[in-house]
Amino acid sequence: MTGVRVAGVGLTPFGEHAGRTGRDLFAEAALAALDDAGVAGDDVEHLNYGNFMGALAERQGHQAPLMAEAAGLRCAGTRYEEACASAGVAVREAVRAVRSGENDVMLAGGMERMTNLSTADVTESLAVAADELFEVRAGVTFPGAYALMARAYFDEYGGGREDLAHVAAKNHANAVNNEYAQYQREITVEQALDSPAVASPLHLFDACPITDGASALVLVSEEYAEEHDLDAPVAITGTGQGGDRAALQDRTDMARTPAAADAAAEAYGDAGVAGDEVDVAEVHDCFTIAEVMALEALDFFDPGEGIGAARRGDTTRDGDLPVNLSGGLKAKGHPVGATGGSQIAEMTRILRGDHPNSDAVPDATVGLTHNAGGTVASAVVHVLEVAE
Amino acid sequence: MSDPEPDGPADTGYDEWADSLAEGGYYIECANGHGNLPPRRVCPDCGSTDLSEEPLPDTGEVATFSEVHVAPSGFGEEPPYVTAVIDFGLVRVTGIVRELSADEIGIGTAVRPDVERNDATGKRLVVFRPA
Repeated sequence: MTGVRVAGVGLTPFGEHAGRTGRDLFAEAALAALDDAGVAGDDVEHLNYGNFMGALAERQGHQAPLMAEAAGLRCAGTRYEEACASAGVAVREAVRAVRSGENDVMLAGGMERMTNLSTADVTESLAVAADELFEVRAGVTFPGAYALMARAYFDEYGGGREDLAHVAAKNHANAVNNEYAQYQREITVEQALDSPAVASPLHLFDACPITDGASALVLVSEEYAEEHDLDAPVAITGTGQGGDRAALQDRTDMARTPAAADAAAEAYGDAGVAGDEVDVAEVHDCFTIAEVMALEALDFFDPGEGIGAARRGDTTRDGDLPVNLSGGLKAKGHPVGATGGSQIAEMTRILRGDHPNSDAVPDATVGLTHNAGGTVASAVVHVLEVAE
Repeated sequence: MSDPEPDGPADTGYDEWADSLAEGGYYIECANGHGNLPPRRVCPDCGSTDLSEEPLPDTGEVATFSEVHVAPSGFGEEPPYVTAVIDFGLVRVTGIVRELSADEIGIGTAVRPDVERNDATGKRLVVFRPA
């Protein structure tokens, strides 16, 4: 089995790109990744592309060949759809393709265009990732679903809205220096607490924004990197995926995310590292409560301890385990089908030392990314390490 | 067998189940005692295909809930409305709570299931009323 290096990363700025097509966004990210890698498009053997709601947002299905064309690639492509974990699973399958020896050079990433829809239409489009019969018809929106989980968490472990507000404030603070972030501004805990209710107990500042954007990674075998003398110091050493019952009502415990725990266990085992060896993490904070549940599923904190992590300063940039130095989905933005690739792009930059927040973790050698689909009915976890 | 939707085919299994909620409802129990909601061919917990319909308990308890202020377009329900997951023992069921405001609901509040039509979609809507 060959090792996998991240040879290059590319992102569009996340935010509102009114009028720009999805193909234009993805092409920008893909060309940036190829340029960063110093790899010719002709060397790419396959495109693994993540997208969730393109058929609703742009009336465009069958996007993979279209995106390969837009990126100037003369190879086949495959679209991966796993709700908000679409790009995470696209990257995971690219890692597996390289490891197997089948491919030496893969382009993996994703794109989502969302701001061309009204808030109500985005809400409805995202709800498609929930159980249509037993949740969507019953009026469950995505904020509503995470609100049900938040209430269940508070009931089981304690904590409250103020703890969640600290998560939001932390991630906004991290986004200030990130040129790719949608909201490059700080918010206070009080502002988060005072923002309007979306689905109680969650308020507007507990939620990530509606975002357009794209991400792309060039993944290569170690042999290819060596032969072509690439500067690719970061390796993906662990990958894992977990699944769970689609509807919240069918889970044993609505305050836990076992799909993420399973994905993490697989990724840790794959990389041969433990949770306490991770120096820095990017986790899927589509809602503030999601970050809390991720911290516990990833074995960083015991059940009930994750809720206070941001407030205690454990996960702030000067804490023992900085989480979401990019700003996270909360402040960086969440173009759903692009997010999993974006997390790995940000982590690669953090570990290479060329991220604006790399100075928070100058000695970091092990990073983790966690990308969740739906209410964590699916989860993908990757371990990245500095290999040289 | 229920009448098909005026605007499309019935969702076999689900529609019959939702209609039954007006009379108390049922769930599917497998030979190993796992509860699930229909339609099912196999128990997702253990793989058993020996399934039977069992009556839902008359009342369930609120396991978690949220007052939703931003509703999806075309759904019909005017926000704010209260969505809740109700625990009936072997199964939980999600729906909208009637006749109680968010302030009047807590975890453990007892309710009974019922079914309505969502005027906007024509689909069946699972609701709960005070027990």
